[in-house]
Parts: sequence; C-alpha cells; structure tokens
Amino acid sequence: MSILIDKNTKVICQGFTGGQATQHCIQCIDYGTQLVGGVTPGKGGQTHLELPVFNSVKEAVDTTGATASLIFVPARFCKASILEAAESGISLIVCITEGIPTIDMLEVKARCDDLGVRLIGPNCPGIITPGESKMGIMPGDIHLPGKVGIISRSGTLTYEAVKQTSDLGFGQTSCIGIGGDPIPGTSFIDVLDLFEKDDSTEAIVMVGEIGGTAEESAAEFIKSNVSKPVVSYIAGVTAPPGKRMGHAGAIIAGGKGTADDKFKALEAAGVHTVKSPADIGKGIAEITGW
Amino acid sequence: MNLHEYQAKQLFREYEISVSEGLPASSSEEAERVAKSLDVDKWVVKAQVHAGGRGKAGGVEVVESIQQVKDFADKWLGQKLVTFQTDEKGQLVSQILIETCTSIDQELYLGAVIDRASQRLVVMASTEGGVNIEEVAEETPEKIYKAEIDPIEGPKESQADELSKNLGLNEIQSVQFRAIFNGLIKLFLEKDLSLVEVNPLVITESGDLICLDAKINVDSNALYRQEEVEQLRDPSQEDEREAKAAEWDLSYVALDGNIGCMVNGAGLAMGTMDIIKLHGGEPANFLDVGGTADSKRVAEAFKIILSDENVNTVLINIFGGIVRCDVIADGIVEALTVMGVSVPVVVRLEGNSAKEGLSILEECELNIIPASNLEEAASLAVKASKGEI
Repeated sequence: MSILIDKNTKVICQGFTGGQATQHCIQCIDYGTQLVGGVTPGKGGQTHLELPVFNSVKEAVDTTGATASLIFVPARFCKASILEAAESGISLIVCITEGIPTIDMLEVKARCDDLGVRLIGPNCPGIITPGESKMGIMPGDIHLPGKVGIISRSGTLTYEAVKQTSDLGFGQTSCIGIGGDPIPGTSFIDVLDLFEKDDSTEAIVMVGEIGGTAEESAAEFIKSNVSKPVVSYIAGVTAPPGKRMGHAGAIIAGGKGTADDKFKALEAAGVHTVKSPADIGKGIAEITGW
Repeated sequence: MNLHEYQAKQLFREYEISVSEGLPASSSEEAERVAKSLDVDKWVVKAQVHAGGRGKAGGVEVVESIQQVKDFADKWLGQKLVTFQTDEKGQLVSQILIETCTSIDQELYLGAVIDRASQRLVVMASTEGGVNIEEVAEETPEKIYKAEIDPIEGPKESQADELSKNLGLNEIQSVQFRAIFNGLIKLFLEKDLSLVEVNPLVITESGDLICLDAKINVDSNALYRQEEVEQLRDPSQEDEREAKAAEWDLSYVALDGNIGCMVNGAGLAMGTMDIIKLHGGEPANFLDVGGTADSKRVAEAFKIILSDENVNTVLINIFGGIVRCDVIADGIVEALTVMGVSVPVVVRLEGNSAKEGLSILEECELNIIPASNLEEAASLAVKASKGEI
C-alpha cells in the first residue's frame, strides 16, 4: 500500500523534451515509473526516450490513459500547463518547477480545488512510493519500501529523513515533498490525512520550517485526527528574524511562525519532536519501539 | 524586491489611490525646487530607505521653511539611517521625499498580503493605525478586520463596504475607501506584489481619506513580466554580498559566527545551521547553492563565504537530488586550488553521484575533511572552528 501513486500509475511528463525533464524522466523510468509519454507543444508525433510526444495533455490522456502528470516546464508557462493538465482529465499533478509567481498560484490552486485535482508542489522534489514509482527528482536509491510516511516542505531535508529511516531498516510507504512556496498545491494536513488512512503507514515523519503557520495548523489536525505516531523536525531554530519591510506578514500570522512556536504547537499535539535534523530516524525508533 | 515610499506612491497615483502631493529629491537644490513648487508653508520631509521605523530614528520631520527643507536634505543625503528594522550600519539615504503636510484627524491602517493559511489575497484594515500596529495584531487581533479576495471572482463591493463599516467611516469616506480598496487590489494583482502596506491611512481634518505612507514589496519571481517595476530596483539598499550572491542565483544571508556554510536547499541549509549550534558552534552564514549548482557557482559561493573575515572553517553539506555530487566535488577542488583556500573544509556529500564525488575529493591533495553523515559533518566542523583538529 501507498498513497497517491503506485506501480500501476500511468504518468506523462509536461515539458518532456527539455534537458532537466529528460534527465529526470530517464531516472524515473529506471526506477520503475510507468511513464507512458510526454507533452511538448509543437513536437507532437515525435518519439523521445522511446515514448510518444504529444502536442497537448488532452491528446496524451486520450491516447495513453495517463492519470498523472509530472511538470518540468519553465516557471512562466506553469500556470497554463497546470491548468491544461487539470482540465484534461489528469487527477494528480506534480510540479517540480521553482519560481512561479505567487499571483499565478492563487488562481491555479483555486481551480485545481474546484476540479478536484490533486496538485503537489510547485517548487518541490515530488512524490515517491519506494520500489514502485517515482514522480520527481529525488535520488531513488536512498529509499526503501517500508512503513514510514514522510512529508516535508524542504527537498533536501526530505532526503535526509528518507536516508535515516532507510539506514535503520524502517523504510517508507510514500514520501512527499510539498514544496516551500507560499501557496502549495497540497498541504501537510492533506498528506497527514492520507497517511492516517493508509493501512501500511505505521508512523509519520513531518519536516517543517520557519515561516507561515502550516505546521501549527498541522498540529491542530494531528491532535484530533491522527492516531499514528508522528515525529517532527522544524528547520530554522537558529535562523535570525528575517529582514522585512512592513508588518503585514507578521500581522496575518498574529505573531506566529517561529520554530519555537511550531515545536510547542506540535508537542502540545502529542508529536515527538527532534531538535536536530540528524535525529529524525532515531526519533522514529524511540516513539515506535522498533 | 522592495520599493521606496516615493516609488510606491507613484504607483498609487497610477491606480488612483489618493496620496499626498510631493516629489523626491537627491540634492538640497532639488529639494528646494520641489518644496517651492508645492506652494505651501509646511512640508513633511522623509528620508527614503527600505526600512520602517524612520520616524522614531529622525528620518521624518515636519518643517516650516525652505531653509529647514534644505537643512534636512543636507543632514541626510549620503548618510545612513539606522532604525530598529535595519542593521547597526543602517541604510544609505540617496533621496528624500518632500510632501505637503496633512492635518490628521484619525490614523487608520490598511494592508494587503498573500495569506498562506487561506491561500487568498487578504486585505486588512484597522482603526488602530500608527506605529504600534504590530502590537495590536498580537494583543488584540480582533481589531484587525480582514477581507479575503476570491482569486477567480475578484473583490466584491460588499467587502469594501464591510471594512468601511468596521472602520467607522461616513458615507463620503466609504466611497473614497471603495476606490482605495479596489485600486490597491488592482495594483497588487497587476504588478505582482507580495505586500502593500499603508500605515497610516488617515482621515484628514477636512474628512478625506489619504495614504500618508506606502510600502510595497514585489514578488521577485514575477520580475520577468514586470519590467517597469524592475527598473525601480535600488541596489544601494541591498546587502552587497547578498546582491552579489543573487547574481549567481545563490541565496546568502550573513550571520555572526565563524563556520561558513554551503548547502543545497533552503531547508537543509537551515537544518545545517541548527545542528552546528547544537554542537556548540556558530554558523557564519546561510547559503543555498540551489538545485542547479555547477563548478562556477560553487567557486562563487566560496568567494562570498570567504569574503567574511570571521570564517575560519567551511562546512559543505550537499544532498544531491538534482545536483550531482561529482560536479560539486569538481567545483570544490577547482575553487580550493585556484583560490588557495587555507581554512579547513569539511565536506559531506550524499545522494546523486555521491560516491564519484567522494573519490574526487579523496584523490586531491587539499585540506578537505570528508564526513560520512550530517552529525559527523557538524561535529567535525565545530571542532575545526575551535582549532581542535
């Protein structure tokens, strides 16, 4: 079992023929992902990585039956690409691209919600179900099929949590980097809910960072909705207060958003917190007795 | 990217948001000309820096003669203004803004920001305008009224009217507020802003609404489509090393310690700082080399890190996802060789092509201390920084 993707998930790639996309699609295919084709407007009919290239997502979906799309297109085209996927019958979109204007994401997020489409990212490493499928840029070989669900706002810190849980032999059910942008398609709460309902996930790692109040909201959710053990690390305890121009950011958060606030909120919700990013695996061992 | 008050107010005028009459000046002669052209006998003069708290720091004055306008210009132009929002060195004043003086009856607050929680553009207003708005937000958040703007349907007239009611505005002021509310949202969306703040928005003695201050923060990700706004960038307000880093797509923030850090990913970079502290060391900086680091950028990152004289150790922590560790290793060796780096460099490579990267480091004959995991890397770096290895 896993969440969102498994070995049967049919995936297309938008921006398929680009350099980054090509490099990572090769790695995804090697990992076992069922990549069934890609989209690059104007290159329809060609073959890339021995797979068909289509001009539009609609064509790709109609021909291949894909339900998921991995997006590598440049930031300025992402709004159009995500909306095209959402409106063409794709139910899971993973957007790796960083640097998308926030105003674009406001509309993208609202439209995806209206259409019932799950968007992961942007500016994220993607999602992997170890041993089955990966849609993203994470190094596959640090993963191990197993029983820990991992969610993180940071790419490389996700890898850190993965490596530690693999080294200890626990392995992972699925790992999701939700990305660090102000408007992420998927939130901690969305993923916590999925892991709670996934029978094979026995423990959860949540890696957060300073800024915003996503971790505080997640803590509230965990308190009343998550029965599985959760270990959490928040990056940025030692980060100095950011330079700022006005007060609006602080005002909207009502003074929340520091690492200390987040640790406190999580601890109050019964989450096992660790203060060092090197102690995530150890934290899982302590809380589960494995 | 931040704008100066005078630039923000120019944008306000373009969107028909009422502001005081005034112009910037960069010399005392120009200040005199501007003051005379305004044809009043009382002016507000304001030092232009990218920081709040200017009033308390002496950077804003009400003056009643042309001579005083010139004196203010002479006092501040070319000087640095230190406020509670700047560092101890302060920010360079290259312009002052000279405006007509407004008689204030009441100070309100108005702001707009992308709210991560509701995933909406949120307009905030309060009757508690002025310098202590942050305390108001913390202690009495119920006094901040909010309107969430639907990203597809846009703002509704009823939202502006609701805020007007909460602010206790009369009928004429409510009409004026509607224009400010709509102008602000249009400006925010069309110019890709991430923050607008008007503190204070005032009711004048004659009963009109007018924006006395204006702060604007632009979404840096959108500058590619905001050429006009990008022209407003003032590099003199940015930290030199941070600006240099940004040219190479490196994200750098200087800190007070002695362990220079080079990490890929903002989260891991913060995590690396955290673990250095836990081991009793002090990070000298935050530096994210990003997802597409190559040897040139690694070399630039080294230059920036080592331009800080306090640095006596460098810790490189790379967990390769997009980034290939062998490419980073080549960059490290090249940079160390070319630059003749003398401080110990602790390196931890993991993930994409980590083995190849490590063997490159092992084969070179430089002062590199390899670490096999994060814990060990932090421990070694802290020891090296204290001269213990």
